[in-house]
Amino acid sequence: MQETLPDPLRRWLSGRGWALHPHQAEMLARAGEAATLLIAPTGGGKTLAGFLPTLAELGAAPAPGLHTLYVSPLKALTADIARNLRAPVEGAGLAIRIEDRTGDTSAAVRRRQRADPPHILLTTPESLSLLLSYEDAPRIFAGLRRVVIDEAHALAESRRGDQLMLALARLQRMEPGLRRVGLSATVEDPDALARFLAAGGQGCAIVRADPGPEPDIAMLETATPPPWSGGGGRHAVPDVLHQIAQHRITLIFHNTRAQAELFFQALWMENTDGLPIGIHHGALAREQRQRVEAALAAGQLRAVVCTGTLDLGIDWGDVDLVIQIGAPKNVKRLVQRIGRANHRYNAPSKARLVPANRFEVVECVAALEAVRARDLDGDPRGPGPLDVLCQQILIAACSAPFAADDLYVEVTGAGPYAGLSRADFDACLDYAATGGYALRAYDRWQRLMLRDGLWRLRDPRSAAVIRQNIGTIIDTETLKVRLRGRGGVPLGEIEEGFAATLTPGDTFLMGGEVVRYEGLRELTVEVTRNPGRAPKVAVFNGTKFATSTLLCDRMLALFQRPGWPGVPVHTARWLALQRERSRLPEPGRLLVESFPWDGRAQTVIYGFAGRNAQQTLGLLLTNRMEAEGLNPLGFVATDYATLIWGLEPVPDICPLLDPQRLREGLEGWLAGNAVMKRTFRSVAIVAGLIEQSRAGQRKSGRQATFSSDILYDTLRRHDPDHLLLRITRDEAARGLVDFGRIEAMLERVERRIDHVHLEMLTPLAAPLMLEPGRIPIHGAAREILLDRAAGQLMQRAGLGQLEG
Amino acid sequence: MSGQVRGCSAPGARVGAHPPAGGSRIRVQGCAGLARRRAIWWDAEGSGLGMSGYGFTFHGERLEARASGVLWWATERTLIVGDLHFGKAQRMALRGGGLLPPYEMRETLARLDAEISLLDPAVVIALGDSFDDPEAEARLLEADAAWLARLMAGRVWLWIAGNHDPGPVALGGSLVSRWQHRALSFRHIAQERGEISGHFHPKARVAGVARPCFLVDADRVILPAFGAFTGGLDCRQPPLSDLMGADALAVLTGTRARAVPMPR
Repeated sequence: MQETLPDPLRRWLSGRGWALHPHQAEMLARAGEAATLLIAPTGGGKTLAGFLPTLAELGAAPAPGLHTLYVSPLKALTADIARNLRAPVEGAGLAIRIEDRTGDTSAAVRRRQRADPPHILLTTPESLSLLLSYEDAPRIFAGLRRVVIDEAHALAESRRGDQLMLALARLQRMEPGLRRVGLSATVEDPDALARFLAAGGQGCAIVRADPGPEPDIAMLETATPPPWSGGGGRHAVPDVLHQIAQHRITLIFHNTRAQAELFFQALWMENTDGLPIGIHHGALAREQRQRVEAALAAGQLRAVVCTGTLDLGIDWGDVDLVIQIGAPKNVKRLVQRIGRANHRYNAPSKARLVPANRFEVVECVAALEAVRARDLDGDPRGPGPLDVLCQQILIAACSAPFAADDLYVEVTGAGPYAGLSRADFDACLDYAATGGYALRAYDRWQRLMLRDGLWRLRDPRSAAVIRQNIGTIIDTETLKVRLRGRGGVPLGEIEEGFAATLTPGDTFLMGGEVVRYEGLRELTVEVTRNPGRAPKVAVFNGTKFATSTLLCDRMLALFQRPGWPGVPVHTARWLALQRERSRLPEPGRLLVESFPWDGRAQTVIYGFAGRNAQQTLGLLLTNRMEAEGLNPLGFVATDYATLIWGLEPVPDICPLLDPQRLREGLEGWLAGNAVMKRTFRSVAIVAGLIEQSRAGQRKSGRQATFSSDILYDTLRRHDPDHLLLRITRDEAARGLVDFGRIEAMLERVERRIDHVHLEMLTPLAAPLMLEPGRIPIHGAAREILLDRAAGQLMQRAGLGQLEG
Repeated sequence: MSGQVRGCSAPGARVGAHPPAGGSRIRVQGCAGLARRRAIWWDAEGSGLGMSGYGFTFHGERLEARASGVLWWATERTLIVGDLHFGKAQRMALRGGGLLPPYEMRETLARLDAEISLLDPAVVIALGDSFDDPEAEARLLEADAAWLARLMAGRVWLWIAGNHDPGPVALGGSLVSRWQHRALSFRHIAQERGEISGHFHPKARVAGVARPCFLVDADRVILPAFGAFTGGLDCRQPPLSDLMGADALAVLTGTRARAVPMPR
C-alpha cells in the first residue's frame, strides 16, 4: 500500500521516539491526490510531511530515475533539506539518492545530474526553468511522480511563483500523472493559494496542522524611548543585549540590510560581555553567510542580526526569542517571523517588537492587536503577468519546436494563467517572435520562426542568451566588495550608485565592520579594514515593503482613542501634542497640512496608503503642481504620509486631489516618471528584450549601458500600444505604483479633506523632515536651480563674466 | 607637437580597424600657455537660433555647442554631428538577442531634421560611427533611408570613418578618414590638437543631473553621441579625464546648453 512507510524507516523513526503528527499522517493518506496544500506553522515537521509519501513509494531499494522534485525559493534551503532528509534515509539504510541543484552547484555535478538524475532533486524555480530549457528535458524528467513546493506562500507572492507554476504546467504535460504538494505557513486566504498551486487553477484539498499555542508577544520595553525618525532601533541596543543574555538563541530581524548592518555594529560596540553574535543578509558574500549559518546550526551563536533571508524555512535549532526591529509592515509576515522561535513544538513562540520611531510605535501597537485577534492581511493576487509568459515562450523554444495551440493549452494549465485569453497569449508569442512592433522591421531577424507549423529559434545560438537570462529576480546593479591585497576576502556587494559616490578614504559598513574605500578595480570595490572610524552608511537595496491596508486602518482607528492606553507614554504625548497643535488623521477623512519650513513651502498628505501608493501620490501631485506653476522641488514618502516641498505654497489641495483628474493624470504621467521606468526595466529584462547586465560581464564604458529609459521613451513615442508598455502599466498599477490603494483611499475619503494651514512644522510632520529617500522633481524649479549651480561653478572657476 | 595617439584604449575602440591618418599635418593654431584659456571663450549667446547654444572660439573659429548636441559653425554654415549609430537595434536583433524597438533611427533623424531645418547648413559633417556596423547601411528601412536622403539633398555631406563603420557608404555624401577646413580638422577619435571629434559619448553630471555633453579645451572639442540608443561615458572616467586639459569645459545638452568646468 502506498501510504505505508518502509519498515526500516518506521523502525528508525520509532527508535528515536518519533511519532507522526496527525497532519503528517494525513499527508501520507492523501499521497495519491493530484494536489494537496499543507498549512502548518514552522517547526511542525512540514518538510517531512511533504516527503513521507516519496519515501513510502520509493521504498528500500528504488529503481533509478527522478521520482520527486523539491522546489524552494531559497538556495540555502535546498542544501539544508538535503541534509535533514539524508538523516532518516541513511539512518534507515534506504538506497535513495538525494541531491540539490542550484546556481551554486558545480558544472560537473550539473552535467552528471542531467545524465543520471537522483531519486530526489532539490532545486529552485530558476534552476528548474533552466533544466526545462534543455533539449533533453523530457528524458531528465521521465518518470517524475511528485513535486514538493516549499514556502508556497512566499512563492505565490512573487513572479518567481508564476514562473514556477508555468514550469510545473510543462512538467505536467510531460508526465500527466505528476502529483503536487504545497507546503505553506499560515496565510489569510488558503483557497487562493490552493488555486495557485493546483493544475488548471481548480484548487485542491487543504490540510491544516495544529497552529500551536498562542505566541508570547509584546513590545520590548526600552530604557530610552525611540527617536522621532529613522529606522535603526539603535536606542534599544542595551535592552536587546539584555534579552540575548537571557535567552539561548535570539534572531533579530530587520526590514533592510542597511539597518541590519548599523544595528549589528552598534550591538557589537556595546557587547562588553562578548556574546557571540553574527549577521546574515542578502548582500553579504555567500562564504560569509554560510559561516554564520553553520555556526548557528552548531549552537555557537547566541544571536543573529538578520533580514528576510532568515524568514523562510531553515530550522535553526534552539531559537527561543525573535526580536523584530522596526515596524512589521504586515501582520502575516510578523506571524511567520514569530514562528521562527520554534525551539519546542507546542511551546508558545516568544517575540518582542522594537519600534524604531514614533510612527512605528503606533504601528506596532496596531500589529500586536491584530496578531491577538488573528487578523491577517494580504492582497488578492492578480492573474499571472505576461512578461513571465514571454520568457516561458522563449524557454519553450529553447527546448524544442512547439505548436502555438499546444503551448497555449499547456500554459493555461498553470493556476495563475488559467484565465489567460488566447489573444493575450498570441500577443506574447508575437512579441517573442518578432518584437511585436507596429513597424514590422524584423521579418528577416525574427527571434522565433514558424516552419512546418512549429515555432522554433531562428538562430539556435540565441538559446545561450535566453538561458543566461532565465529568472524573474531583477538585480539592482551591484559591485562586489573585497579586501585589498592578493586573494582578498570577498565581503559582499554594494549598489553601483552608492559606489559611485565613494571617493578613496570614505568609510562604510560591510558585514558589521567599518571598511575604507581604496578604489575600484575591474568592477570590484577594494577596501581595507578601518576600525574605529564613523562610517558613511551603505545604501543597500533591501526591499521596502509597504505597510498593509489592515495595519494602516488599525492605526487610524487607534489615533481616535481618547488617552491611548497601551501606547507608551512618550508616543502618547507626541500624539496629544499633535491633537493640540493641529489634528490627528481620522478614518474616512484625509488630513493635509501646509506650512513654511526650511525656506520652502511644505505640504504633508497623511494618506496612510502604504509606501508605494504614497510615493505615487507624490509623483502625481508634484506633476500637477508643476503644471500649475507651483514649482515643486521634491517629495518624500513613508508608509503613512507624503511630504512635498517647493518654491510656492499650495493654496488648496482639494482640486489637486480630485480623483477624476488624478486618474486622467495617471495615464499622461505614467509617461515620464522614474517608477514607471524602473518597472519597465524589470519587465523588459524578464520578457527578454534586454539582458540583465551582470557584474563581471558588465563593461565599464558606454557600449554596454544605454539605459532602458531610452527604450521606454522611444516606445512611448512611436508604439504606445506595445505589449511591454501594456505589461508595464498593469504591473505598475498593482506593484510599485499601487494606484489602486490611492483610489481606495480617495474613495473612502470621498471629499472629506481637511487641509490645515499652519505657521510652522507640526509634531506629526517633524519626523518626515528627517526621512531619507527624498525624490527630486526634474521640472522647472530644477532647471532654475541647475542654472544657478552652473553659474556658481563658472563663477568659482573665474569664468563667470563670460556667461552671457 | 605630440603625435601620440591618446584615448584609443576606450572600451570598444578598435584602433587597428582605423584607416591611417592621411593628409597634411595639422598646423596647431592658437597660442600656448594660460593666456589661451581666456582667448578661446567667446560668449554664451550662440546663434540665437532655436534653443540657446553655447558659443566659443576655438583655434580662431567661432563655434556654437547646440543644446541638441550638434556643433554649429555659422560662418561656414557647417553643422557637425557626433556618433549617430544608425542601425544599432538591427545589429542586436541580427545576433539573436532581444528585438529592440526599431524606431531608433527615426528618433535620431527627427532631432537631426529639426536642427537642419532651423540652421539650413551648406555642409554637414558626421564624425564617424554614423552606422553601427559596416552592414547597417544595407539594413536601413526604406522610409528611414528616404528621410536621410531628403536631409542630405542639396548640401555637402561628409561621413568621417569611425571605428564601427570604416567602409564606404552608398547613400551619397563623401567618406573620408579625416577632414580639414581652415584651422579645424575633423576625425572620429581625438588624436592631435585642433581637432573636433566624437567617439567617446561624453556625459557629465551637474547638480544631480547627468546629460550628454560637449567637452571643450584649448586643444580639442569632443561631441556627445547624437544617436538615440547610445549610452555615455562619464567625463570623470579615463580616458576622457586624461585627455582633456585642466581648463576644459563641459557643455551640457538638454533644454539649453549649459557650460560648466568639466567635472573631475
